[in-house]
Amino acid sequence: MFETLSHLALQQYWWLLVSLLGALLVFLMFVQGGQTLIYTIGKSEVERAMLVNTLGRKWEFTFTTLVTFGGAFFASFPLFYSTSFGGAYWVWMIILFAFVIQAVSYEFRSRPNNLFGSKTYEIFLFVNGLIGTILIGVAVATFFTGANFYINEMNQSHWATSLHGLEALLNLHNLTLGLTIFFLARVLGLLYFINSIDDDVLYDRSVKHLFYNAIPFVVLFLIFVVWLLLRDGFAVNNETMMVYMEPFKYWHNLLSMPIVFISLFVGVIGVLYGIVVALIRKSTNGIWFSGIGTVLTVLSLFLLAGFNNTSFYPSYADMQSSLTIENSSSSKFTLTVMSYVSLLIPFVVGYIYYAWRAINKRKIDRDEMESKEIHIY
Amino acid sequence: MEHIDLSLVDWSRAQFALTAMYHWVFVPLTLGLSFIIAFMESIYVKTGDEKWKKTTRFWMKLFGINFAIGVATGIILEFEFGTNWSNYSWFVGDIFGAPLAIEGIMAFFMESTFIAVMFFGWDKVSKKFHLTATWLTAIGANISALWILVANAWMQNPVGMQFNPDTARMEMVNFWDVLYSPSAISKFIHTTTSGFVLAAVFVIGISSWFLLKKRHQLMAKRSMLVSSVFGIIASITLIVSGDSSARDIAKYQPVKFAAMEALYEGKTQAPLVAIGLIGKLNYDSITKDTKDDFLIKIEIPNMLSYLAFMDPNAFVPGIKDLVLGNEDYNILSVIEKIKRGYVAQQSLKLYKETEKTDKVLHEALKAKFTDSQWLNTYFRYFGYGSYYDDDSKIMESNAFKVVPPVSLTFYAFHLMVILGGHFLLLFLIVLYLVVINRIEKYKIVLYTALWTIPLVYIASQSGWIVAEVGRQPWVIQDLMTTMNAVSKIDSSSVIITFILFAVLFTGLLIAELGIMIKQIKIGPKDGGH
Repeated sequence: MFETLSHLALQQYWWLLVSLLGALLVFLMFVQGGQTLIYTIGKSEVERAMLVNTLGRKWEFTFTTLVTFGGAFFASFPLFYSTSFGGAYWVWMIILFAFVIQAVSYEFRSRPNNLFGSKTYEIFLFVNGLIGTILIGVAVATFFTGANFYINEMNQSHWATSLHGLEALLNLHNLTLGLTIFFLARVLGLLYFINSIDDDVLYDRSVKHLFYNAIPFVVLFLIFVVWLLLRDGFAVNNETMMVYMEPFKYWHNLLSMPIVFISLFVGVIGVLYGIVVALIRKSTNGIWFSGIGTVLTVLSLFLLAGFNNTSFYPSYADMQSSLTIENSSSSKFTLTVMSYVSLLIPFVVGYIYYAWRAINKRKIDRDEMESKEIHIY
Repeated sequence: MEHIDLSLVDWSRAQFALTAMYHWVFVPLTLGLSFIIAFMESIYVKTGDEKWKKTTRFWMKLFGINFAIGVATGIILEFEFGTNWSNYSWFVGDIFGAPLAIEGIMAFFMESTFIAVMFFGWDKVSKKFHLTATWLTAIGANISALWILVANAWMQNPVGMQFNPDTARMEMVNFWDVLYSPSAISKFIHTTTSGFVLAAVFVIGISSWFLLKKRHQLMAKRSMLVSSVFGIIASITLIVSGDSSARDIAKYQPVKFAAMEALYEGKTQAPLVAIGLIGKLNYDSITKDTKDDFLIKIEIPNMLSYLAFMDPNAFVPGIKDLVLGNEDYNILSVIEKIKRGYVAQQSLKLYKETEKTDKVLHEALKAKFTDSQWLNTYFRYFGYGSYYDDDSKIMESNAFKVVPPVSLTFYAFHLMVILGGHFLLLFLIVLYLVVINRIEKYKIVLYTALWTIPLVYIASQSGWIVAEVGRQPWVIQDLMTTMNAVSKIDSSSVIITFILFAVLFTGLLIAELGIMIKQIKIGPKDGGH
C-alpha cells in the first residue's frame, strides 16, 4: 500500500510521525518538570519518596520516546541527524549528559551504599529537569530561527562557528521556547502529581505551585508564538527549490493549513483548560486536558516548521544549505519499508495504555512507600 | 583527499570505544538475566512455591540495578553516530536508520513498558500478566539487540544497497538482504548467546559465594541449576555461531581473519594457533619485510583451513598475500584496489562538477553508477581510493594501512575462544555437582565459579575488540574508512567530552558495583522491596 505513495507523500508522512513523537516527548517531559519540584513540593523524606516514585514509574517512557525520536529522525531525515548532531555538538552532548545522569538516579537514589548519597541523585534529577527541558526547547527553536552550517555537494556538513551549537543559546527567541518548555514541563509535572498521588498535603502544595508556574508559562508561550507569527521565515520555491526569506512565513503557513490552525487553537485551549480545572474545579484530570493540548500544540508547531514549502532546519550561514523534508530524507524505498513498520504504532500505543492503567489503578500514598511488596525507588 | 586532523579521528574513536565498552559492561547481563528471571518466575507460577518467587525477586533486583546503568550508557551510542561520525551517518543513514527506528518502535517500548509492570506490578496485576510482562521484557531486550546488530553486521559486510551519486550515499534496495545477511544472523546469535553465557556465569558465581558463606543455600542451588542448564545450551549455540561467524569473516573480511591468527604468510593446510605468545607487538606500521614473531605457539594442524573454508587443505591468505596480492590465488593487491577506488572517487567528483557544465559527460558518468561491471571493478573499492597518492612510495606504505592492529586482534580473539571453552566446562561440572547434590563440598569449584565472573566480562569485551578493532581501518568494509567518517569538529571538544564520559561512567560504575555488592550481601530477604 505504501509503494503507491509518492516520495513526497512518504516524506510528509514521516515528518508527521516525527512531529508526533516530538509532541509526545514534550508531554512526557512532565517527568522532567516534576523532577525540578521534588524539594519544592516534598518537605519530608516520605513526601519526596512519593514524588520520586510516581515519576519513577514513568521516566522510562520519556526516555524511550526521546531515543525513538532520535532514531526516527535518523531513519527518515538522516541529513538532519548528521548535520545537526555532528555540528551543534555541544548542545546535544549537554542534553545527553543530562539524560545519562537521569537514567541511573531513580534506581540508585534510595539504595544503600550508592557512593554519592541520595542527595546527589536528587540533584541529578533536578539538573536533568532543568537542562533537558530548556536545551531541547532551544534546539527545537532553531527549526524556526536557523542554525549555522554549510553543506557541500557530497552532503557533508560543516559548522560555521566553533561554539558548535552553543550559539543557539544567545538567541532570545530560542531561549523563549526553552523557558516555555521548562515551565510547561513543571505545569504538567504538577498536574501529574495531582493526578497520581493520594495525599492532601502534596495536593495543596501542588495546586499552589501550579498557579505560580502557569503564569510564566502562559506569558512566555504567548511571546514565543506571537514573535514566531510575526517573523520572516525560510520559504522554499516550489519550482527551483531555492530558499528565500518570506515575511510572516509562519503566519502564512497557518492560514494555508487550516487543520494545523485548528489543531493549534484546540491545543492551546486544552492546555489552559487543564490548568484551569485543576485550579478552580479541583479536578485531578487536568493532566489529560493539558497533556492532549500539549501534544496538539507541539505537533502544530512542528508542522508549521516542515510543511508548506518551508525549510525545517534553515541555515543562516548559507541559506541554500537549508534542509527541507525533501532534500534531507531517506530514499523512497527506505521510507516505504519504515512505513510498514509504523503500522505497529497503534499496537504499541495499545499496550502502553494497558500497562499504564494497570500500574496507575491505585494512586500512590504514604502506605505504599512502606510496602515490601513492590519495587521502591 | 581533504586534510583531516589525525588526533580528531583518534579521540573520536577513543570516545566511541570508551562509551561502547562501558555500555557493553551492562548489556550482556540484561540480555541473559532477563531470561533467567523469566525461567524462574515461570517455575514459581507453575509450582506456586513462594521460595521460587523470592529467588526470582532477588535476581530481579540485581537486574534492575544493572538495567538502569545500561540504559544510561546506551543513549549516548545512538546519538554518537551523529555527533561524532556525521559523514558516516549521512553515508549509511538510509540503511542504518531503518533498523534503528524499528528498534525504537518494536523493542525499546516493549522493554520499557513491561519492565515497569515487572517491577511495580507484583500486587497490581494477575500472576499470569506479571509473568507475561517478565517474558516480554526479556524478548524486548533481545529484540533491541537484533536491530543494532543487523546494522553492525551490515558495516562489516555491506549488502542490499546501491550507491546513489546524486545524494552521495548508500541507499537500501533490498531490506531482506540486509536483515537476513549471513553476517547479521551469526552476529545476532553469537552476541545474544554470549550475553546468556555471561548471565549464567554471573548467577552461578554469586550463588557459589552464597554456598561458600553457607547462606541462602536452597536459592543458590536452584539458581545454579537453572543457570547451568541455560549456560550449557547457550555455550553450545555460542560456539556454533562463533564458528560460522569466523567463516563469514574469512570470506568477507580476510584481512581481519589473518590478523586474528597473526598470519602473515598464506598457507595451504594452515594450522590453527591454539595458544600463542607474540614476541614483538606490532603497533608500528607493517612493511613487506614484517614476519610473524611467535615466542611460543601450540598449533592444531590443518584446523585453520578447515575453520575458514570447511576444507583441511584450503589456502588461507596471510596479511602479506592480501596486501601485496597473490596471483596464484587470484588476490588483488591493495595498491590495485587503491587505484580502482581512486577512479571511483574521481568519477563521483567529476559527476558533481559536470552537473551544471557538461550534461553529456554528466549523464555518461551517471550510467557508470548503475553499470554492474563498473561497480564490481571500481566502485566496490571506493573506500580504498582515500589512500591514493601521486607518489608511489607513499602509496606503497599506505597499502599496509588496511591492516588492523595485529597483536590486539590476535590476543582478543584467542582470549575469547579459550575462555569460552572454560565457561562450558564450568557449566558442565556445576550442573553435574548440583544434580548429585554435592556442589557445596567442592570449594575449588565454588571459588573458580566466583572468579570466573570477571573472566566472563573480559571474554565479552574481547569479542567486541575482535569485531571492531579487527575491521579497522574500515567503518564500512572497503567503502568508507574511519577517517572519512568523522564529524569535522575541533579535537579539543572531543577530548573534553571523552574526559567527561570517562569520569562520569567510571563514577557510575563504581556506584553500581557498590550497590550491587551491597544488595548481594543483603541477600534475597530485603533491601528496597
